[in-house]
Amino acid sequence: MTKVTMTVNGKSVSAEAEGRTLLVDYLRGGLGLTGTHVGCDTSQCGACVVHVDGKAVKACTVFAMDVMGAEVRTIEGMANADGSLGLVQQAFQDHHGLQCGFCTPGMVMTTAALLAENPRPTEAQVRHGLEGNICRCTGYHNIVKAVLAASGQDADAIAAE
Amino acid sequence: MPKDTGIGASTKRREDVRFLTGRGVYTDDLSLFGQAHAVMVRSTVAHGRIVSIDTSAVESMPGVLAVFTGEDFKDVGGNPAGWLINSRDGTPMREPKRPVLAHGKVRHVGDAYAAVIAESYAQAKDAAQVLSDATVIEELPAIVDMKAAAADASNRVHDEIPDNICFDWGWIEDNRAAVDAAMKAAPHVITLELTNNRLVPNAMEPRASIGEYFPGTGDYKLTTTSQNPHLTRLLICAFVMGIPENKLQVVAPDVGGGFGSKIYHYGEEALVLAAAKRLGRPVRWTAERTESFLSDAHGRDHVTKIELGCTAQGDILAIRTETYANVGAYLSNFSTATPTFLHGTLMAGPYKVPHVYVNVKTVFTNTAPVDAYRGAGRPEATYSIERVVDKMCRELGLDPFEVRRRNLLTPDQFPYTTPVGLVYDTGNYQATLDKAVELADVAGFEARRAESAARGKLRGMGLSTWIEACGIAPSHLVGVLGARVGLYDAATVRVNATGTISVMTGAHSHGQGHETVFPQIVAEKLGIDASSVEIVHGDTAKIPFGMGSYGSRSLAVAGSAMDRAIDKIIAKGKKIAAHMLEAAEGDITFADGKFSVAGTDKAKTFGEIAFSAYVPHNYPLETLEPGLEETAFYDPANFTYPAGAYICEVEVDEGTGKVDVVAFTCADDFGNVMNPMIVEGQVHGGVGQGIGQAVLESTTYDDTGQLLTGSYMDYAMPRADDVPFYTVDHSCSTPCTHNPLGVKGCGEAGAIGSPPAVVNAVIDALQRGGHTHVKHIDMPVSPNRVWQAMNA
Ligand code: FES
Ligand code: FES
Repeated sequence: MTKVTMTVNGKSVSAEAEGRTLLVDYLRGGLGLTGTHVGCDTSQCGACVVHVDGKAVKACTVFAMDVMGAEVRTIEGMANADGSLGLVQQAFQDHHGLQCGFCTPGMVMTTAALLAENPRPTEAQVRHGLEGNICRCTGYHNIVKAVLAASGQDADAIAAE
Repeated sequence: MPKDTGIGASTKRREDVRFLTGRGVYTDDLSLFGQAHAVMVRSTVAHGRIVSIDTSAVESMPGVLAVFTGEDFKDVGGNPAGWLINSRDGTPMREPKRPVLAHGKVRHVGDAYAAVIAESYAQAKDAAQVLSDATVIEELPAIVDMKAAAADASNRVHDEIPDNICFDWGWIEDNRAAVDAAMKAAPHVITLELTNNRLVPNAMEPRASIGEYFPGTGDYKLTTTSQNPHLTRLLICAFVMGIPENKLQVVAPDVGGGFGSKIYHYGEEALVLAAAKRLGRPVRWTAERTESFLSDAHGRDHVTKIELGCTAQGDILAIRTETYANVGAYLSNFSTATPTFLHGTLMAGPYKVPHVYVNVKTVFTNTAPVDAYRGAGRPEATYSIERVVDKMCRELGLDPFEVRRRNLLTPDQFPYTTPVGLVYDTGNYQATLDKAVELADVAGFEARRAESAARGKLRGMGLSTWIEACGIAPSHLVGVLGARVGLYDAATVRVNATGTISVMTGAHSHGQGHETVFPQIVAEKLGIDASSVEIVHGDTAKIPFGMGSYGSRSLAVAGSAMDRAIDKIIAKGKKIAAHMLEAAEGDITFADGKFSVAGTDKAKTFGEIAFSAYVPHNYPLETLEPGLEETAFYDPANFTYPAGAYICEVEVDEGTGKVDVVAFTCADDFGNVMNPMIVEGQVHGGVGQGIGQAVLESTTYDDTGQLLTGSYMDYAMPRADDVPFYTVDHSCSTPCTHNPLGVKGCGEAGAIGSPPAVVNAVIDALQRGGHTHVKHIDMPVSPNRVWQAMNA
């Protein structure tokens, strides 16, 4: 066991971890940040996506030790300072982009990273950008709308085309 | 003008806030003081005799606290099937015991025969691997193919069942001769053999369970990923472990999707309870995704021959089917109902077809149990009918839209008794068909096809007109059909002293939005603000009783129970108001949140009545009890019958065989709609799964019973770029005639109606593209299959 220190959602944190401890287990088990989910064991569902130094990363795919000292952001750090829903979160609620909520944290984190890179994506770019995130509930319709809306586009008009 | 509150408003979901901020609490998110970790040891072979399990190999490993094997559970009961089905000859189905842990034999890859409990998850996992290596299993030939299983009496999944057949069911057996005669007399008979592919439900939250035992009181608590905690409690208490029901609390907290797979009681739930008792500590278990693939109940897996007798003009005269349905290695709780009463009873579809006969043989194989998955039996029926109707149109050169119009029941025919035992109460199938034709711009198809062709793609259009029986289910009917339980539901409406309301409902929300929709109804009926209404669900200690959520039943059944309970609250409120206002009870009216004396301006608000109920200083206690809390049990009089028309457009790449679903239109009749946003979301999700079944998903076992598609590397889940935006409409509404809300249920529709529309569109594309020899392709219509079909 080693003490692993990093910055999570703006706060310096540390917790014990083994060499084999995955970042997602460090966040969930070590820090109690259970908003980041585990939906698979082959790095394909995206339920575990967090940001490491600003990049979307599947937290089930990296060891906690490998991101020692990094800036990590999780779903718990996505709300506005006053506690209200952040832009992407609000778009998901407004467009009913979630049902059971299990894939949602990963979807929100992926979306935020996607829009940081491409602030005005096309529908096709959004769908491509969400390739690594599986949702079994929504059929993606309202998720894609939420992402388009979060980018400031008229999602209803694009969906109706 | 759309409303923004109450019934019919697209109120935004209140539960979203916690899910969007990472504050949802799913089973695996809980961390309990002193908890130990369970890992299951699963068979790596499909079929074998357990020779020895050397538990001493792990007992002294670091952190190991306990080891369980099938031996530990051999004296407790089995996990039962909920429906008793009789074969055509009247003999009852074969019902082998389904143990908590396999004992004597393992019967599918993933069949758990032992469990290791350790201080940490990693230690338990290490020990489970060692125990697996220390187990000797004599491998037997695997039984995978259904027809081979039924033909070979020497190789048996269960030693006591010679032909591996669970039952051979006829529906309706007395009609068989008439159907045979009608088929013989029919001018044309169209025959189609098809497979309804086996699917893995794949709720994104893997199954998880935490057992606790409190030695001071002898109470147990199970926190588990369940769609119906009361049913799980009943099964564990009455059938498996013999715990008195009052000593077991079952809690299903936030649950990350179910789609059927979390209806059932699984052995891991009993295991964590037994382990918690033995160790005196909480014991937790969470499935890895691969375990979910191996051990969750799968769906579908039918092989069907369907024959349709018709006239040259396409009037359907008779339908006859013969189906082999895979139940896997053991009977899961609903597994015997799914291929029978959720399938055979639907085989008339939305059509006026005078003669229908259905035969289903269910077969045991060395594969994971198969049970209800979103739609459950009804997608299989719909797929068979809509594919054979489409084939009829092609063989006889008829227009598929016109043929549907000729055969659809008309609004004046309701209530309509089908030849397969259901009474459709209401509907307007022409209206939904017309709506779909309009929204899909069928008139513009030819131009779109030409545009696709210019890009080198074959474009096709497919139609499906579907119906389902849901709102499961009238107890009197299902009892006759073999159900061992009733399928009513319950609700308690508790008005608190300050006028806020807690509704304890037997429905369970795992994505459906009950926390938002149910308060909309309460608020509208009581004339109060929805924000003062809270929904309590998923906890047997808090809720009177309930049968959970599946079969599109939450609103139609549990919602109706809630509606009845609110009526009782209003009736009691009138009594209180009469007392307070010194008026006769019969003179009190209730509207807009006020109890008034008719014809006067004397009135009390709902809040005043609530407060008075808990501060009853001068109540006439002989005739008026304090308190304002009412419970209702609601048992539906009939199933509900949502129906609709779906139109799919695909593009097929001739070079690769790849199918792209480029447009999908749904016109549905769900009766009254409480929250259109949520209803549309349910349809989107169902269609997404239906497209997944039709184009992508295939659960494949090899000849030795190994699951080749055991992870997301191999099992093609639909992703965002596999589907288009959908066009959905629910404006053609004929309210259900027998429940108080007039609702029909919308959860399964998309998954039921969509697969045949997709496959019909693919066949259409190929036929229009000159591949006229292609009459059918089994799902999933993968590039490989489509290319092979084109180039055969
Ligand atoms: S849990 Fe990380 S991708 Fe599935
Ligand atoms: S909302 Fe349930 S998996 Fe996406």
